[in-house]
Amino acid sequence: MKNKDIEYTTVSAVEGPLMIVDGVADVAYNEVVKIRTPNGEVRTGQVLEVFEHRAVIQVFEGTRGLDTKHTSARFIGETMKLGVSKDIVGRIFDGTGQPLDDSPPIIAKERRDINGEPINPCAREYPREFIQTGISTIDGLNTLVRGQKLPIFSGSGLPHNEVASQIARQAKVLGKEEEFAVVFCAMGITNEEANLFRKGFEQSGALERTVMFLNLADDPTIERIILPRLALTCAEYLAFDLDMHVLVILTNMTNYAEALREIAAAREEVPGRRGYPGYMYTDLASIYERAGRIQGKKGSITQIPMLTMPDDDITHPIPDLTGYITEGQIVLDRALNKKNIYPPIAVLPCLSRLMNQGIGKDRTREDHYDVANQLYAAYAEGCDLRDLVAIVGEDALSERDKKFLHFADLFEQRFVSQGSFEDRSIEQTLTISWELLAQLPDAELKKINVEYIKKYLLNKKD
Amino acid sequence: MSEIKGKIIRISGPVIEANNMRGSKMYDVVRVGDENLIGEIIRLNEDVATIQVYEDTNGLKPGEQVLSTQEQLSVELGPGLIANIYDGIQRPLPAIRQQTGDFISRGVQTLPLDRKKKWRFTPQAKKDDHVTGGDVLGTVQESSLILHKILVPPEVNGTLRSIVKQGEYTVDETIAEIDTPAGLKTLTMVQRWPVRKARPVIIKYDPSVPLITGQRVIDTFFPIAKGGTAAIPGGFGTGKTVMLHQLAKWSDATVVVYVGCGERGNEMTDVLQEFSKLRDPKTGELLINRTVLIANTSNMPVAARDASVYTGITIAEYYRDMGYDVALMADSTSRWAEAMREISGRLEEMPGEEGYPAYLASRLAAFYERAGRAKLLGSQETEGSISVMGAVSPPGGDFSEPVAQNTLRITKVFWALDADLADRRHFPSINWLKSYSLYLEHVNGWWEQHVGTDWFKQLTKAMALLQKESELQEIVKLVGPDALPVRERALLEGARMIRENYLQQSAFHDVDTYCPGKKQTEMLRLMLKFSDRILEAASKNVLIDDIIAMKSRESLARLGKVPNEEFEKTFQKVEHEFEHEIDTLLKRREL
Repeated sequence: MKNKDIEYTTVSAVEGPLMIVDGVADVAYNEVVKIRTPNGEVRTGQVLEVFEHRAVIQVFEGTRGLDTKHTSARFIGETMKLGVSKDIVGRIFDGTGQPLDDSPPIIAKERRDINGEPINPCAREYPREFIQTGISTIDGLNTLVRGQKLPIFSGSGLPHNEVASQIARQAKVLGKEEEFAVVFCAMGITNEEANLFRKGFEQSGALERTVMFLNLADDPTIERIILPRLALTCAEYLAFDLDMHVLVILTNMTNYAEALREIAAAREEVPGRRGYPGYMYTDLASIYERAGRIQGKKGSITQIPMLTMPDDDITHPIPDLTGYITEGQIVLDRALNKKNIYPPIAVLPCLSRLMNQGIGKDRTREDHYDVANQLYAAYAEGCDLRDLVAIVGEDALSERDKKFLHFADLFEQRFVSQGSFEDRSIEQTLTISWELLAQLPDAELKKINVEYIKKYLLNKKD
Repeated sequence: MSEIKGKIIRISGPVIEANNMRGSKMYDVVRVGDENLIGEIIRLNEDVATIQVYEDTNGLKPGEQVLSTQEQLSVELGPGLIANIYDGIQRPLPAIRQQTGDFISRGVQTLPLDRKKKWRFTPQAKKDDHVTGGDVLGTVQESSLILHKILVPPEVNGTLRSIVKQGEYTVDETIAEIDTPAGLKTLTMVQRWPVRKARPVIIKYDPSVPLITGQRVIDTFFPIAKGGTAAIPGGFGTGKTVMLHQLAKWSDATVVVYVGCGERGNEMTDVLQEFSKLRDPKTGELLINRTVLIANTSNMPVAARDASVYTGITIAEYYRDMGYDVALMADSTSRWAEAMREISGRLEEMPGEEGYPAYLASRLAAFYERAGRAKLLGSQETEGSISVMGAVSPPGGDFSEPVAQNTLRITKVFWALDADLADRRHFPSINWLKSYSLYLEHVNGWWEQHVGTDWFKQLTKAMALLQKESELQEIVKLVGPDALPVRERALLEGARMIRENYLQQSAFHDVDTYCPGKKQTEMLRLMLKFSDRILEAASKNVLIDDIIAMKSRESLARLGKVPNEEFEKTFQKVEHEFEHEIDTLLKRREL
């Protein structure tokens, strides 16, 4: 008899999300387990650790109702897999990969291991194709490119869903009509939030090009561990087998990390910072690193993970480790939000590491890099002066400093602030930039090539 | 040697246990399971061996066999290393790609060096020569930049019974036979060396020559010497990686070993592609022709991260043994430490600070100690050096954590990257008040001899100015700049000039990305002179607004972007310009 036909009833312990089965044989590490509860319900689990005759299993749908007498476990002989085919686009799945819409299960062309494999660094294509999101603070200062992983760091109560939804709605590569898809992966968000996204996709007509993986706030926590892996396996198939440009939205990574901590605690592992497991960096990397481009393949995976910083603290392990892996970050700010500026993107701590190769002549515009640098430097100086003014008053400032102070205000009102349905082209964004820079003395524009100042500023002034 | 074959009894992530392994030694390499995954023994208890596996363990089962190779984890050293890119256990990534496609599957077996390629070997030793470890048998032109010296392995000495004539050979062909006290030894162009053991040298010297990096803030203020060690700690987004890339690109080392340890895949792709295009400023040759890349990205197996650092330093030592100056960049040593922590956790060892194993400090120290300038083995009396630069990624950007602290206790140079500076796009974001270099005095002599200016005097003066600026800034924060006396405000302007235009340097500007030593000292001289002159003007009652409005400030600000070839002329012009402008201001004041 094969192992997958054996029902082990030798459950010896149930503890938090974990279940231990004794007397087993021929069990593989990370293998999938089907668990039958005493009342006949079937749940899914995965082997976390295996000894000669003992397996430690994490149960995805929770351990409520499991016992050590009637509960049985069946080891199915393979690791977690997702069936993929072209028909997956437009469908909705739950945390174990079962359809949530009314349509029948998809007929899989292929079943893929959800853990994926690392992309060979020498097979990667460096991302350099500019994606226009229509949001000035992103396009102008923290440019997103195809194949990048650019997270949104937010706080509770900030409009990160609106921002992500706007990006998903407006994102395009200039001058190209190509096949695209959106993979939406919801980990522990509310039904309301999920609806917001669904509506957004509907409005932009992207719904039939969207694959949704949903684990809502009241669904089992542990499923959140596998959900992003399902979503990314699907994304890899769409991108690298079907040549699509895939935008993956992962929300909310904070809930994912909480689930990870829950399992680590249940296993009595030595905790790292704030109780999160020491391997959280590696674990997060195995998700984020699945973005990118591959040489000779048309498709790409662009990731926009979202997370809420507990207590708006950017040094908390979740944003901290994320920032070390992703290629930049977009940070939302409570103070800006209170000033009623949308999107409340705090420009200074934001970053796009892949920006430099995605902008400039033939990509966006020749002056883009210089202008972005100058805006940053001038805004940073203006913000410093604000602190100073709070103490000594505006009168104590020199004429030069007053101009920078004024610049910072204008920058927030005209550059950062825009409508949630306002889709600015990169030209528009740069035009606004030059209008703002015109407020400063020409001699202060030290970061900009003199040629560009002549071309884009002085000529206009005449 | 009898075969040691055991059986898996436990699997927990990258750590497995196998029984029936009696006779194995610590750190022996084993083959695990039906797919022959590579692992290393890290603990022995009776007949049970605990093994860290360098590949993904998904689907592995208890009962599968474990076979000991009874050899330590070793690297292959020989021609073909340069311009190659390896994973943590020295498997060439291009070869893996040929075998398994765009994604890295496990169980791949490839040899580090190309077996088919023929290298043109030119003998230097001759029959009947007495040779010892480190002596040069012959040379191979490995790339346009590197003359690869084929050395007698460290532990071999004797009389050369035969050596092949000049000609084309593969790395497996015998090129020499040596009669040693232990019998006849045949040599090919390849040596194997266990990665955890440092290759021997005769004696280590104090470093005295600076590693010129073309980065102003480093070369001028916080220099690293050839054979020195430096730590680059910084939170995310502070520019550690760009900094290391800059160092790898422009350092005047002969060979560069770049270890990407647990970092982003795209960054390694970037290095690979950029270095295949960029040219070395001195020789005009492609940078890749002097570079060895090791890539163990964050999503590759965690145990191999530990190996990647050792693989890198062993390769660096091999080129040092040829008498070259080697620079090794490790990005990031924190990921290596985390790998140690993860494995240690799985072993259920008693944790030290923040869950890191208690041996963290000693491992870090032992690694950095493999750097240095040394007198090499062999009868030629040659010298070589390894400079090590390691990035540290402290959680939350807080330098008080164990990896940063233990690293700083060992390294002699500290480049503190600062999130505040990075936020305002002050790059490189090296905080000049916190950073230090203990090599200033070591390299002073070199600067005086080769560049000929008062390098040390200038840097002390500039640093004092910057220090004073930070003190004044504190006051400005309380009372506003208007409340300061004119002289102090002039001083702030002088410091601002240095801070904004000397310390900052654009890595992405074609010219500014590399600033030669001579241009650096000249640039600093001009800026200090400017600072002196405006102080003079201020003390002679020139209005501060007039000083701020000076047109020549703009030209001074752009000095870094003046083409390196003909900078002297432009610099002279700028000097005249500002002298003239200040003279005019002074004259107007006198009238």
